[in-house]
Amino acid sequence: MSAEPRQPNQAFSLERTGAVLIKEFIQLTRDRITYALILAVPVIQMLLFGYAINTDPRHLPTAILVQENSVFARSVVSGIANSSYFDINHQVRNAAELDELVRTGQVQFAITIPGDFTRRVVRGDRAQILVEADATDPTATGSALAALAQLPREALRRDLTGAVAPPADPEQPFEIVVHRRYNPENITAYNIVPGLLGIVLTLTLVMMTAIGVTREQERGTMESLLATPVQPLEVMIGKLAPFVIVGMIQTALILIIGRVLFGVPMAGGWPGLILGTTLFIIGSLGLGFLISTLTRTQLQAMQLSVFYLLPSILLSGFMFPFRGMPDWAQWLGTLIPVTHFLRIVRGALLKGQGFADMGPSLLALAVFVCAVAALALARYRTTLD
Amino acid sequence: MTVAIDAQGLNKSFGGRRVVKDFSIRVDEGRITGFLGPNGSGKTTTLRMLCGLLTPDSGTGTALGFDIISESWEIKRRTGYMTQKFSLYEDLTVEENLQFSARIRSLDRIGERVADALEQLGLAERRKQLAGTLSGGWKQRLALAVATLHEPQLLLLDEPTAGVDPQARRTFWDEIHTLAARGLTVLVSTHYMDEAERCHDIAYIAYGELLARGTAEEVIAGAKLATWRGEGPGVDRLAGELLRDPAVEMAAPFGLALHVSGGDADRLERALAPYQRSPFRWARTEPTLEDVFIHLMSRVPDNFQ
Ligand SMILES: Nc1ncnc2c1ncn2[C@@H]1O[C@H](COP(=O)(O)OP(=O)(O)OP(=O)(O)O)[C@@H](O)[C@H]1O
Ligand SMILES: [Mg+2]
Repeated sequence: MSAEPRQPNQAFSLERTGAVLIKEFIQLTRDRITYALILAVPVIQMLLFGYAINTDPRHLPTAILVQENSVFARSVVSGIANSSYFDINHQVRNAAELDELVRTGQVQFAITIPGDFTRRVVRGDRAQILVEADATDPTATGSALAALAQLPREALRRDLTGAVAPPADPEQPFEIVVHRRYNPENITAYNIVPGLLGIVLTLTLVMMTAIGVTREQERGTMESLLATPVQPLEVMIGKLAPFVIVGMIQTALILIIGRVLFGVPMAGGWPGLILGTTLFIIGSLGLGFLISTLTRTQLQAMQLSVFYLLPSILLSGFMFPFRGMPDWAQWLGTLIPVTHFLRIVRGALLKGQGFADMGPSLLALAVFVCAVAALALARYRTTLD
Repeated sequence: MTVAIDAQGLNKSFGGRRVVKDFSIRVDEGRITGFLGPNGSGKTTTLRMLCGLLTPDSGTGTALGFDIISESWEIKRRTGYMTQKFSLYEDLTVEENLQFSARIRSLDRIGERVADALEQLGLAERRKQLAGTLSGGWKQRLALAVATLHEPQLLLLDEPTAGVDPQARRTFWDEIHTLAARGLTVLVSTHYMDEAERCHDIAYIAYGELLARGTAEEVIAGAKLATWRGEGPGVDRLAGELLRDPAVEMAAPFGLALHVSGGDADRLERALAPYQRSPFRWARTEPTLEDVFIHLMSRVPDNFQ
């Protein structure tokens, strides 16, 4: 008779969890490419997006429509041209042409100086110039529009000190009316970094775990694993724990790059940020595990992960301003964990929010974690059926 | 004698096709039972049901006294299961695979056990090699070492020696017999006749049905098969001709000789009469296990779709 093995615990054993964890960790370090991607993805994405968000872009293509031939109009045009933000590369003759240029994206700005400009300036009768900004990428227009605010005070200074009578308000001889097209809500550049954090974590963590479990099924190692006394919760914790560390490293990388290279403000809110990030990482891993219980092959797991990733990018407020979306999309977006994670990260970094302000979002993430963990465990099969 | 495996009326279907049909089996403790049958006959499926990896559609059973459906955890703790397809981690080393198995089964003295196993396997110097880079036969041997590391009471082996060289197979079987002498029960599927003969007894399954059970002698005797052995130049080429007679169930060349078998000895003798001439020499002989298996297989309706 062979020796009876030590009586192990049936319900939950740290030893067995540890066995899975160590195995996963070794496999992770052995897979050099994955290892490299874990570090490279956040860094490369940050650099790509980070320099794309270049907070102070200049020399933006501009079209101008001048409807009167006057000294004032010429002064305004040269005032605009002198600012390094605008490159006037189209002088158009009518509004339709102007519109076409903006619509096709050939120019970022379309400036109109109306026919009654001089008359109104002289009379002090609310003279206006109209600036249409293509705010599809609001980060591109922000600084330029800010610079434009100086124009009324500066542009006509010399002309107005001459023979003509001074306008009603010498500080503000005319006003600038700005229309932001395509993206009325003006996201700041700093929104990108927190957003990217959410997307990178989703991308790597959901996919890696989703694939990690289906890989065992595909390679047949699941059969051996299931023939051991290991329990579902132990497999889950053991498989996911190494990736919690991966997620933490990625978070640190992104925040450091954001701070050092892009000067993202860090207003505080660290406790909430840490709690939120931890919940989000665990939830994403749990979701990956859940996906793996729904799929048979690594390819299917990939596809399902992408299926989840797309709305996370599009509806979470990362790509489009959340409040700019139609009601149904906002409603859908609220169901997506990344949305709440973005609110937490933005709230913490940009506004220094405390726990109380983040309450609803933290709660949403907690619900997310519990739901995916429960579903994954319920779906996990201890047999091959 | 205690019963290690006792299963009654197991059924299993995949996608509407019944691959195991009313399968019942008893295996006594300390016995080595060979599990034989053609490809796709349900051997792997049955082994999986016995260790809780598949749930039978109907039927009941116990392994080591535990219910195979409700107490599979207890069975898994005490059982070593070696899968037909290599299912260790190819990206872990030989040693890491053994360590993982030891940890997941909460063993004590892990370092010692792993070192012993490596020594016994003869893989001590290659313990840092990735399991995926081992040759086919070495993979099988490693898998067996992993399956026996926790000193199981029941060993379910699914074609453990496929692709293993003769010397290693002999070592393997010696090892199995040593373990069985200490009380280990073994159910081992195989396609090799010499291995079937090394088992204490045999279970023969075809198309999901258990067709024969007992020791090799009992199985041979139970088949009630008459066999003639023919010799002489060109005798091996008579097979096709002979098989046209319904009394001849099987005619198979064995090297230069021909084995001709049938269930009815008299009719078989009459069928052979025209060939009782020079240069052929015929002699009644004991059927081999292989004769019996081919005979058994030819009797079941071919329902393999
Ligand atoms: N998971 C599954 N899904 C569908 N069909 C299956 C599954 N597993 C086995 N089968 C079918 O069940 C039948 C029996 O398969 P099984 O693997 O048990 O045969 P076997 O006796 O082990 O064959 P072999 O000697 O080739 O290993 C086969 O026809 C196979 O196609
Ligand atoms: Mg098989």
